[in-house]
Amino acid sequence: MSSETKQILTTDGIPLEVSLKKAEKKNKIKAFLLVAPLLLFLIITYIFPIGEMFTRSIDDKMITNMLPKTFKEMESWDGQKLPPEEVFSAFYYDYKALVEKQEHGKLGQRLNKEKNGFNSTTKRLFRNIKRKKIDESISIKEQIIKVHPNWNKVEYWQAIKRTAPPYTLAKYLKGMDMYYAPDGSIVQVDEDRRIHRILWLRTLEIAFFVTLFCFLMGYPIAHLLATLPMKYSNLLMICVLLPFWTSLLVRTASWMILLQQQGVVNDFFVMIGLVADDNRPEMMYNKVGTYVAMTQILLPFMVLPLYSVMKTISPSLMRAGKSLGGTPFVAFWKVYFPLTIPGIGAGCLLVFILAIGYYITPALVGGASGTLISNQIAFHMKQTLDWSFASAMGLMLLTGVLVIYWIYNKLVGVDNIKLG
Amino acid sequence: MALPSYTETRYRIWHYVYLTICAFVFFFLIAPLFVIFPLSFNAEEFLVFSEGMKNLDPDAFSLRWYKDMVYGTKNPWGLAAKNSFIIAIFATIGSIILGTLAALGLSSRHMPYKGIIMATLISPMIVPLIISGVAIFFFMAKVGLAATHTGIVFAHIILGTPFVVITVTATLSGFDHSVTRAAASLGSNPVNTFMKITLPLILPGVISGGLFAFVTSFDEVVVVLFLAGLENTTIPIQMWTGLREQLSPTILAVATCLILLSTLILVTAELLRRRSERLRGINR
Repeated sequence: MSSETKQILTTDGIPLEVSLKKAEKKNKIKAFLLVAPLLLFLIITYIFPIGEMFTRSIDDKMITNMLPKTFKEMESWDGQKLPPEEVFSAFYYDYKALVEKQEHGKLGQRLNKEKNGFNSTTKRLFRNIKRKKIDESISIKEQIIKVHPNWNKVEYWQAIKRTAPPYTLAKYLKGMDMYYAPDGSIVQVDEDRRIHRILWLRTLEIAFFVTLFCFLMGYPIAHLLATLPMKYSNLLMICVLLPFWTSLLVRTASWMILLQQQGVVNDFFVMIGLVADDNRPEMMYNKVGTYVAMTQILLPFMVLPLYSVMKTISPSLMRAGKSLGGTPFVAFWKVYFPLTIPGIGAGCLLVFILAIGYYITPALVGGASGTLISNQIAFHMKQTLDWSFASAMGLMLLTGVLVIYWIYNKLVGVDNIKLG
Repeated sequence: MALPSYTETRYRIWHYVYLTICAFVFFFLIAPLFVIFPLSFNAEEFLVFSEGMKNLDPDAFSLRWYKDMVYGTKNPWGLAAKNSFIIAIFATIGSIILGTLAALGLSSRHMPYKGIIMATLISPMIVPLIISGVAIFFFMAKVGLAATHTGIVFAHIILGTPFVVITVTATLSGFDHSVTRAAASLGSNPVNTFMKITLPLILPGVISGGLFAFVTSFDEVVVVLFLAGLENTTIPIQMWTGLREQLSPTILAVATCLILLSTLILVTAELLRRRSERLRGINR
């Protein structure tokens, strides 16, 4: 038999295999073209900007561009003793150029962050340059040293040298309450100034406990909704869905009314004699407020995945467990509960992911002790305008969320997210 | 859920404890919404129940905060409502178009790299809003769309499409592809097939995804806080400033209107969901 007879041909005389592959490829392209508009849109407006946050967070080019000659001369300086005349004169000309462009102030501020005292040190040099007191025909090194004694200290020159690389991880270190010591090693800030670590831990703590509370409250009602006859469960489902569809700010506002010192909850406590009227507890602007409000707001995200899993569990399984001699508790624990684990995983991961990045509710009811890492990011974006630091902290948070998202995708699959 | 007659006493007790817990949780979920209604009719300026209100004195109730919401001097709510609706409507249309197309592609069994692409398309829903806010702000500032309606609409399309993708993919999962092949074999072109066959069948999913996108945009505050100028103020922005600065009962009047709106949306979404399940033959 020749090989040609083995091949099946289409009516056009093309081998079937080739023709099928062609059709397959066409279908692939067709499917991809449908997704392409959204994918492109997201990549341009969303994924790239997140990447840009990364370059912004490590960017330290400003000073590299301000002192080009100095850094070139510094390459041959070992950094042990005071730099040679060439470095001094290069710095002098770089600085003079900055003075002409009126950018010397920025340099002073930036260097001051690296080493305290730079602001006044550079300012004095600026005044001398302005009054043309520096004679360029004789040794510039000696004249600069005369301007301010700090110029005679090797630490200050080392600090300048440290700013030479165009990229730095300093913002990430700052987010973890660490910094570069003058000798270039990484050290922790003093114990009483470790504010960011407190925030990270608090964010994790609040996200963890909110998830736990949501689970403890969501599991029973999801079970009830799944086992009740349809006509009752549909009615009760409204209690879950109405808050779900209601504006986040409306729900936060109602908690602000309920939890304030003259609010309904406190009135109730006074009424039943739990607390004295003149000693009403502060329930808002602290962690309590954050916990209560966030739990209520995120509860539907726990109930809905749990419900959709429980709905698929046949009630006869529990009956079988009981008929085989298990008490209701044993039947529940050995039969029902293991079957709901996918729902628990989905609900808990979803609530945890949402809780860890929460911003609005903590900002309104959290006060100082209830604020989370997101509030800190917003603070640096809007108040201090330290955008690179905000970007760095945002990306640290994002890394954590993406790890959980990855686990979620492995366990549940993003295409299994159910809404409503 | 009646208990069988042979239930032992301790399980009977446990059953009632369980029902009490459930009742408490349902109360915890829904009660906070209802505290807003009566207080929005408060005749006084404070956000607490006055003595008159507790005694159901008719003089303690008034519509003054609703009047203030509509006719108040230097009133921000009119502009905010107009902006909110314009932005939400355009964002919804954009999300529906992009999201439905993407869902159609994703549901095809020929789609390459399905998992990673799906994960990318859903990511705006998972990434913390504050990070989305920062990233979108950097982008909009660079292309000069910060503090414009267009910029906010684009931002809300980003946040809204995941919902459309999810709901439409879910609807398409029970979709019988032989009907489109039948249409094609009868000589219909792809566009015609989509408009006449596919779209009517997946419409409930499209609309409920659209409702999600609408609510997301209408309720969104974090990203708008970064993007909005004075001209682009929205209802959530006004509520946010109000809750932070001068807590006035006008906010409660607005909140009541928003709760009514969300009830309306909830009812629509529920009806659609049931219709979709009926159409797809899922009987529960």
